[in-house]
Amino acid sequence: MNLTTRSERLTGRIFLIALVVVTLLPFLSMLSAALQPRGTVPTGLAWPTDPQWGNFADAFTAANMGALLKSSALIVAGVVPVGVLIATMAGFGLGHLRVPGGHLAFGLLLLGLTLPFETVVTPLYYQMRDLGLLNTRWAIVLPLIGLYMPFAVFWMRAHFINVPRELSEAARVDGSNTWQLFWRVHVPLARPAIASLTILLFLWTWNQFLLAIVLVDDATKRTMAGALGAFQGQWGTDLVLLCAGSLLILTPTLIVFLIFQRQFIKALLQGSVKG
Amino acid sequence: MTSALGSAPAGSDTASRPGRGDTRSPARPHRKRWGRTVRWTGWIWVLPALIMYGVFVLRPLVLTVQYSLYHWNGIGAARWAGLDNYLTVFTDRDLLKIISNAFILIIFFSFIPVLLGLLVASLVRRITTGPAGTMVRTVLFLPQVIPLVAAGIAWSWVFSTNGLVNQALRAVGLDGITRAWLGEFDTALPAVGVIGTWVMLGLCTILLITGMSKIDPSLYEAARIDGAGPVREFFAVTLPSLRQEIGICLTVTIIAALASFDIVYISTSGGPGIQTTVPGLEIYRLAFSQRQVGLASALAVVLMALVLVCVLPIQRLTRGEK
Repeated sequence: MNLTTRSERLTGRIFLIALVVVTLLPFLSMLSAALQPRGTVPTGLAWPTDPQWGNFADAFTAANMGALLKSSALIVAGVVPVGVLIATMAGFGLGHLRVPGGHLAFGLLLLGLTLPFETVVTPLYYQMRDLGLLNTRWAIVLPLIGLYMPFAVFWMRAHFINVPRELSEAARVDGSNTWQLFWRVHVPLARPAIASLTILLFLWTWNQFLLAIVLVDDATKRTMAGALGAFQGQWGTDLVLLCAGSLLILTPTLIVFLIFQRQFIKALLQGSVKG
Repeated sequence: MTSALGSAPAGSDTASRPGRGDTRSPARPHRKRWGRTVRWTGWIWVLPALIMYGVFVLRPLVLTVQYSLYHWNGIGAARWAGLDNYLTVFTDRDLLKIISNAFILIIFFSFIPVLLGLLVASLVRRITTGPAGTMVRTVLFLPQVIPLVAAGIAWSWVFSTNGLVNQALRAVGLDGITRAWLGEFDTALPAVGVIGTWVMLGLCTILLITGMSKIDPSLYEAARIDGAGPVREFFAVTLPSLRQEIGICLTVTIIAALASFDIVYISTSGGPGIQTTVPGLEIYRLAFSQRQVGLASALAVVLMALVLVCVLPIQRLTRGEK
């Protein structure tokens, strides 16, 4: 470390600060537009002389935020707990119990790891139509659980494969069955891996756009990202309201992110294999 | 952290199964029989995940391949098409342009973020764990946390006639080149690309700095003693040590570029003309507006194959030996 010259470190720092500024500018520009009086034409970044905080209240009603929050929360509640549970179980079966033929199942799952959602969205539409689930939240929840399995199982298996088998041998001697073994010994040990997976699945679900716009017409039954797309379609010409509404729709994610900032960054760094 | 993932690559699992032998130990026949039953019943643990995957991924995937062999408007009877749809994908000028658009986006989504990230990482070496470092990390991760739709809306505004970019250009007297960046023929695709750069840059930078801080400082000492300048040091020490991190960055960003949808849908809807249309968007349009389900499915299969063709060699190159 001491070997880096002062000028190098200074240049690095300047680059880093520039990066931070560039990352923040679009948000600031949106905020500056959101605070202008309705009906005016805002410019890129302008100090609001008379900030119209009321625009956010208007956007809250226009976007039907209450319903959107409820819908996204319901979808997350449907996807994340079930997804995490069955992925943990499968990771346990493939990584720790080493079921015979498990590598075949794992290979099949790996096939889906780089699969673009666009590849399956058309048949999913017809499948959901035949099941009578189009325009219900189930049409988003069920496929998402399946689509997350390749990454989620890969992730949990990577944890369980490193757990020493002696641990289970010892518990077996105590006479506990596999079910008890799983809940009492392995789930507590896997807590960090489970926590990261939960965060990633939450984020991916909340931000899912393609499935939401294809499978659900009603914006109040979509995910946050899908609702934001509809909001832009409806208010695209009213820039002030669009910026206010977009910022508002972002707020819940930002609050959760800032609270669990450390865990999020850890999870995103570890999980970036999938992206 | 990333090395934990790297240590479990897809191909090496048969090699790393030290525990497998003890269930077959001849000294313990009881254990053997009991162990085998347990191992078969273990499938109960795997089945729920496999069923969900099979019903909502594998089945649609097989159907996509099947659709791609038919002419079908989604309602009436399907007509056998053989490989006609694939032939169209590879000969139709518009479709070829759409596919090449996705490859141009790779420059912006992958190459620029990785190169800039490498530059910053090799200069910064590490981010402090103090509050300033936490602040930098948090801000750089914002684009990863917000939906891409939001990034699209924000940048549509930044690139618009009255937006931030033109405002900045006017401020430095470059009024002549101001324009609606996302609306004009020549600038639309690069402008969409810049949105991708903005989304990916922070993630790549942090990943590379994290990798950077794991490099043994004595390697740099040795290089300096040998009289290596910053440039040679970069090629001799930094680049080889970061191979794995670079591989992860490239994999993630190339998939994001080839399979891009959200950003394009929101910021340009593929226009002007088909200037910014990408395969993901075209699949959506063909299947749900043009009612050409067969062609859409053929394009979908091609897209999936393109992703694999681009990503697998990177995995092989950067994860090979360890």
